[in-house]
Amino acid sequence: MREPIAKKVTDMKPSGIRKFFDIVSEMPDAISLGVGEPDFDTPWHVRDEGIYSLERGRTFYTSNSGLMELRSEICRFTRSHYGVSYEPASEVLITVGGSEAIDIGLRAMLEQGEEVIIPEPSYVSYVPCTIMAGGTPVVVNLKEENEFRLTAEELEAAITPETKVLILPFPNNPTGAIMERSDLEAIAKLCIEHDIFVLSDEIYAALTYKGEHATIASLPGMKDRTILINGFSKAYAMTGWRLGYACGPANIIEQMTKIHQYCIMCAPTTSQYAAVEALRHGDRDVEEMRQAYNERRRFLLHEFKRIGLTCFEPFGAFYVFPSIKEFGMTSDEFCTGLLMAKKVAVVPGTAFGDCGEGFVRISYAYSIENLKEAIGRIEEYITELRNRK
Amino acid sequence: MSEKDIKEMRISILKAIEHDGRVDLNELAVRLGLDATDIANAMADMEKEGIICGYQTLIDWDKTDDERVTALIEVRVTPQRGQGFDSIAERIYKYPEVGSVYLISGGFDLMVIMEGRSLKEVSQFVTNKLSALESVLSCATHFIMRKYKLNGTVLAKRHEDERMLITP
Repeated sequence: MREPIAKKVTDMKPSGIRKFFDIVSEMPDAISLGVGEPDFDTPWHVRDEGIYSLERGRTFYTSNSGLMELRSEICRFTRSHYGVSYEPASEVLITVGGSEAIDIGLRAMLEQGEEVIIPEPSYVSYVPCTIMAGGTPVVVNLKEENEFRLTAEELEAAITPETKVLILPFPNNPTGAIMERSDLEAIAKLCIEHDIFVLSDEIYAALTYKGEHATIASLPGMKDRTILINGFSKAYAMTGWRLGYACGPANIIEQMTKIHQYCIMCAPTTSQYAAVEALRHGDRDVEEMRQAYNERRRFLLHEFKRIGLTCFEPFGAFYVFPSIKEFGMTSDEFCTGLLMAKKVAVVPGTAFGDCGEGFVRISYAYSIENLKEAIGRIEEYITELRNRK
Repeated sequence: MSEKDIKEMRISILKAIEHDGRVDLNELAVRLGLDATDIANAMADMEKEGIICGYQTLIDWDKTDDERVTALIEVRVTPQRGQGFDSIAERIYKYPEVGSVYLISGGFDLMVIMEGRSLKEVSQFVTNKLSALESVLSCATHFIMRKYKLNGTVLAKRHEDERMLITP
């Protein structure tokens, strides 16, 4: 029989997180700080709306782009929260999570061999989606000394005549880094100068702990060259509903919708009805969750300082990204050791790019009680490591 | 600290201790990004001002051997000239078996929540004491059969964390 699988797929690296997942799943009684999703349940009024839509028999397809009602709410939301206006009829597409928007955004824009600049450490799907879309990933290794923000110098050094798209993943998973307006202005200038499009993955936008979240799409001249990606997973604790969206110039959204129409048809209808409720009446829930995350963030940073673990102060998402370089181990060794010795699961920074070496991702989508217990064990572990030296 | 800061600090302290009266003040200071002494002072002030009225423990008595019966009693009363409902409410809340008294809108006037050791004890209180009060017109007693949620805390069985241990 001939080879059934395409080479570009076999060549694709399995997600670094997968390997660690397999080790952890052998240890069901481990406490985990390894989860990339909220610990809160979806607010009840939102779930209730989903249930109601099922009871009403709204079990049909929606239009390919998604419910008009939802697209209108999204436009209202981006206008009031992030100061950027979109046209519901032509500039919004409802997707199956932010992940689908990343995938079809790249597929819609890339010609074979065109380059996509991807800052790392970052979410696991940008590189493989770029490759699958025929593009060439160009990774920029972000630095701790810059609080893992993308600087104009780093971007400029990565730009070539082939550069077409910049992926901007902030607030960032796994580092928790954010880009403030002034940081974005420097990036925007380069994008305009070099005619580069931006795929801005802002799925953690609502979880920002320093000022208001700023989107690059709101900067002068940027709306026409930016696909803004957001969704409901993180802000409203709706990961399992699989609902996200892309906003952008009508010509790009139109072509993305074409791909979406052939491979997805439409995002889940139940989720779309629930999401309308989330946008209409969910601001208070988001604020309460944001405050809870912020308390945990402060608590963790304080505890790291106490036990002497180096960590820059992240102002977004629900991750901290401490350095483990002092122990002279790889991230993999450190995480495996911590899991074996103390049954605490955290994720090696290398799962999010090679430059994550020397760091681990710790999620604070857990209760303070959970965090306390885990920190106690991490403290024991690093004390033992230090004594061994 | 400005007056606005103090007001904001007070609200965040109250929100934090509302569901966890035993929280360690140093830990709370870290979580809220405030100073522990400021928090202690604010709490002392709020105690004096009667904003913080006490620190109680939420107990699910049904899980103990202690027999208790809780009843909600709707009471219709005649308001008294010059005092409205206050004096009749006071007559009722002075009974130690009465846990809470609310003045409410709707078809009746006062909602009384009381605890007794048995149905009989509660019934006797309602018949002999509450209904016997001069301005009480009528009482409707509802016995509580099961408490699912109390002061924002779910007493029924809670779900475990079912998330996968590691996700990207």
